[in-house]
Amino acid sequence: MDSGPATSRAIEVRHHWREFCVAVAVWVAATSVICVLIWILADIAIRGLAEVNFGFLIEDVQDAGRVGGIGPIILSTGLILLVCLVVAVPLSFGTAIALTERLDKESWFARNVRRSLDVLAGVPSIVFGLFGNAFFAIALGLGYSILSGGLTLACMVLPILIRTSEQAIRAVPAEYRYAAAALGMKRTTILFRVVLPVAMPALAAGVVLSIGRALAETAALIFTSGYVARTPESLLDSGRSLSVHIYDLAMNVPGGGSKAYATACVLVVLLLAINAATALLLRLAGLHNRSTTGGSL
Amino acid sequence: MRSDQSLTIITRALAVISAAIVLLIVLFLLRESTPALRQLGWSRFFTDASWHPLSGQFNLTPMIVATLVTSSGAIVIAAPLGIGSAVFVNFYAPRRLAAWHRRLIELLAGIPSVVFGLWGLVVLAPIIATFGGSGQNLLTATIVLGLMVLPTVALLSDTAIAALPREWIQGAAALGMGRSAIVGWIVLPGARRGIGGGIILALTRALGETMAVLMLAGNIVEMPSSLLSPGRTLNANIALELGYASAGHRSVLFVSGLMLMLVVSVIVLFVSRREGTRRDG
Repeated sequence: MDSGPATSRAIEVRHHWREFCVAVAVWVAATSVICVLIWILADIAIRGLAEVNFGFLIEDVQDAGRVGGIGPIILSTGLILLVCLVVAVPLSFGTAIALTERLDKESWFARNVRRSLDVLAGVPSIVFGLFGNAFFAIALGLGYSILSGGLTLACMVLPILIRTSEQAIRAVPAEYRYAAAALGMKRTTILFRVVLPVAMPALAAGVVLSIGRALAETAALIFTSGYVARTPESLLDSGRSLSVHIYDLAMNVPGGGSKAYATACVLVVLLLAINAATALLLRLAGLHNRSTTGGSL
Repeated sequence: MRSDQSLTIITRALAVISAAIVLLIVLFLLRESTPALRQLGWSRFFTDASWHPLSGQFNLTPMIVATLVTSSGAIVIAAPLGIGSAVFVNFYAPRRLAAWHRRLIELLAGIPSVVFGLWGLVVLAPIIATFGGSGQNLLTATIVLGLMVLPTVALLSDTAIAALPREWIQGAAALGMGRSAIVGWIVLPGARRGIGGGIILALTRALGETMAVLMLAGNIVEMPSSLLSPGRTLNANIALELGYASAGHRSVLFVSGLMLMLVVSVIVLFVSRREGTRRDG
């Protein structure tokens, strides 16, 4: 009987010990993740910033990228993004409007559109590359061109852009629509005069987020927009994106490491700016940051 | 009323186009891989002597194995760290630190795969090389791949944990359960569907990743004997060879793309159906 207090103290010690171990494990897991992130960013910044200056951003690519700058690469990347957005934005906004037209229950139509977009979101980027190569470059005869690359990327960012647009439109309070409808406005007028203006910051956030995805993409572009590092003269010219340039310098050009780091630095700075812009726009829209970036399920 | 009707028609047409892209992709993959499937059949991709496309040997097995090894290894790394991160922001971190942690995890999610590849090539590979070899091997690729898919696990687990009823946690605390016991007995079992969904999604990301693995795995086609042996995944193989592949060879590359697409789609549809049943019931 007198072992009672001793045993309970032993249990208490064991509990404290377990609490301690679990807390340490959780802190170690969380800290190590952050340390690796900082390690990567610091590495890119330290090795990359030394090479980046204004000349680097505008000069031509020389000697396969070992010297010179990335002027044409930035231009090509911009054009690819432009093509991508010109196609993806109207398509996504239209689809999002169609998916949100019924507020109460999901129709058969919406459910299946959404399911096929879920599958599209899971398609590996190299498969987009294969598809873009077979469809845009060869079947449509666009060849290795900025147009092929941009269109391939448009297919790729479609699921995320539709999902964010859909959330943006759904976040508009239903009362706004009811009030507008009570005033006798037509649905089209309500959409363009009430719903879309209110949803605009969140819609813009989705667009910016998609630009980030498109900028980061490499595998889908190698066999669609190609490798050519010259300044493109038209959308039918091949153009090399920033990410493809990094890959090429790191893997295929001996001695290209420092310029690869400089390009990576430019790309990461662009993405950080995009990340900040998304957060800002979502705050403007009054939406919490996590709702759109927390994965695509 | 006419403009309302045309709005419905136009937006629905756009939605149909968006939804049809997936079918178009499958259609083109099938069309391009038909010659290989018709001439070789499925079995030769597993029974041929080796992968020598120029002499008509098309054994994909070593690459399938390398793909599965790197992807599952990535999950083994990403799952504990990701779930740990999610538990951290919800139960262990001070409020302000939690907000920053989430932000940094999102940042990690946004880093392009080529940048991961570059970092792995220049920083991580020399470290791994101290274990032997050149450092460009399946282990290096797996570690970097794990880091890349970690945010998916962390963010989705975080969402699942945050969605749990507060009463459960308060009730458990009122019963005198410690923090670790609440996490182990209430939170993780309660959020297991969401966490599982995150892990499965991370697996599809890992299976679909090309660039980082291409830059890090060494790209030699052979059956891996250990984690330190170099390997080439299906994705990397497509990226390496599509540029110069002649007709028959090209068709085989499309077959491997089709395999990837099918595996990923089946997983995604399985998850979306499971999510659907949860929403209904």
